[in-house]
Amino acid sequence: MNTSAAPLISIRGLTKAYGTFTVLHGIDLDVAEGEVVCVIGPSGSGKSTLIRCINHLEAFAPESRITVDGIRVEPGPALAKVRAEVGMVFQSFNLFPHMTVLKNVMLAPMRVRGTTPAEAERKARELLARVGIAEQAEKYPGQLSGGQQQRVAIARALAMEPRVLLFDEPTSSLDPEMVGEVLDVMRKLAGTGVTMVVVTHEMGFARQVADRVIFMDSGRLVEIGTPVEIFDAPKEERTRGFLRAVLNH
Amino acid sequence: MNLLNTFFNVPVLLQSLPQLLWGLVVTLEIGITSILCGLAGGLFLAVARLYAPRFFAVLIRIYIDIFRSIPLLVLLIVVYYALPFVGIRLSPFLSAVTALSLVSAAYTAEIFRAGIEAIPHGQFEASAALGLSNRNTMVDVILPQAIRIVIPPLTNNCINVLKDTALASVVAMPDLLKQATQAQALAANPSPLIGAALIYVALLWPMVAVVAHLEKRFSKGKR
Repeated sequence: MNTSAAPLISIRGLTKAYGTFTVLHGIDLDVAEGEVVCVIGPSGSGKSTLIRCINHLEAFAPESRITVDGIRVEPGPALAKVRAEVGMVFQSFNLFPHMTVLKNVMLAPMRVRGTTPAEAERKARELLARVGIAEQAEKYPGQLSGGQQQRVAIARALAMEPRVLLFDEPTSSLDPEMVGEVLDVMRKLAGTGVTMVVVTHEMGFARQVADRVIFMDSGRLVEIGTPVEIFDAPKEERTRGFLRAVLNH
Repeated sequence: MNLLNTFFNVPVLLQSLPQLLWGLVVTLEIGITSILCGLAGGLFLAVARLYAPRFFAVLIRIYIDIFRSIPLLVLLIVVYYALPFVGIRLSPFLSAVTALSLVSAAYTAEIFRAGIEAIPHGQFEASAALGLSNRNTMVDVILPQAIRIVIPPLTNNCINVLKDTALASVVAMPDLLKQATQAQALAANPSPLIGAALIYVALLWPMVAVVAHLEKRFSKGKR
């Protein structure tokens, strides 16, 4: 991790409120190129909202500042450019149910990058092979298991060759026996130097794969550190309480 | 026997048949033109309402509400008899098509809006996250899924438009109903009216059956 270079994602004073209820209280965070950051914390702590602000799926206070690869994230013509560089994997997959798996992966490169169909298909098949579902290419999402669907979603995000991948609780809606196959794909991905920000409840994954772990509570970054620092020697009482609760059940 | 001779007088029916069929052609011309204009207008209104600035969205909302409230016959008479006073003189055919299209577009817009709203929000989010433009999101992702939902209500709307073409007879359009009333006057026998009614039923019954079939299929949770 090269800390001297400009961060790939820079977040300054990120504030978001729903009416009078503040979800994020002035968050500052930098993510370097190639870094894997895992965000943990109780439900409702704002961790999903945080990463959904990075590609502006959630609007945030205009005085907050987020940049991705130097481009400011704000409504307007530059937003599509940011989104093309920021891939996202959702908790509920959100595959396009009326298209085959192959078409799901091919669509965005063709429409956004202007890739030719032949090239998009070659790339899509390669990515599907990489996530271990090459033989399902002609099926529709509804015919696949949850774990397979989520792997298609990862391939779909990768097809845009994004600079960053955001994962919003990617295994939370999976049956327990399918969590492993998705985490394996993500682990391999992390090994290839892809920049990743992962909101997760999988503490084992965070400990093993993350360069840095962020603990969030009530819309604030409570503690940031290496997995060892966060999991073995948390400084904050709230972090300790959360880890006690999730690790001892 | 007298009843048969009055309502199903075969010689009168046969004699008026060519006239009725000409009327049917006119009815179909008005109906199909209005259906196509209404579809295009309705789709445009529904999508514009979704993406246009708030001010235009409100205007579209008002348009939809007004044209769903106004009786078609009233609108038709306004278009044909009132607009000439401000210099807009439309032929009977254009008057009928205009009135039918304006109303059909309002209903169609509501149908499309409901169809688009039935698509899970995650589909919009996934499209946005991939960097798809609004246009591509609609054309590639949302509308292909919404179409399946809106086909039964759209078919229903087509049936209504085809039935409402009969109102064109009040602006002297030689449609199926008008031809039938003229033939009836000529023959001094109501059989042509019965003939026209049967032609309407023969035309629309299959569509009604198709809607019923589609609705049953979709309610079975095909999606």
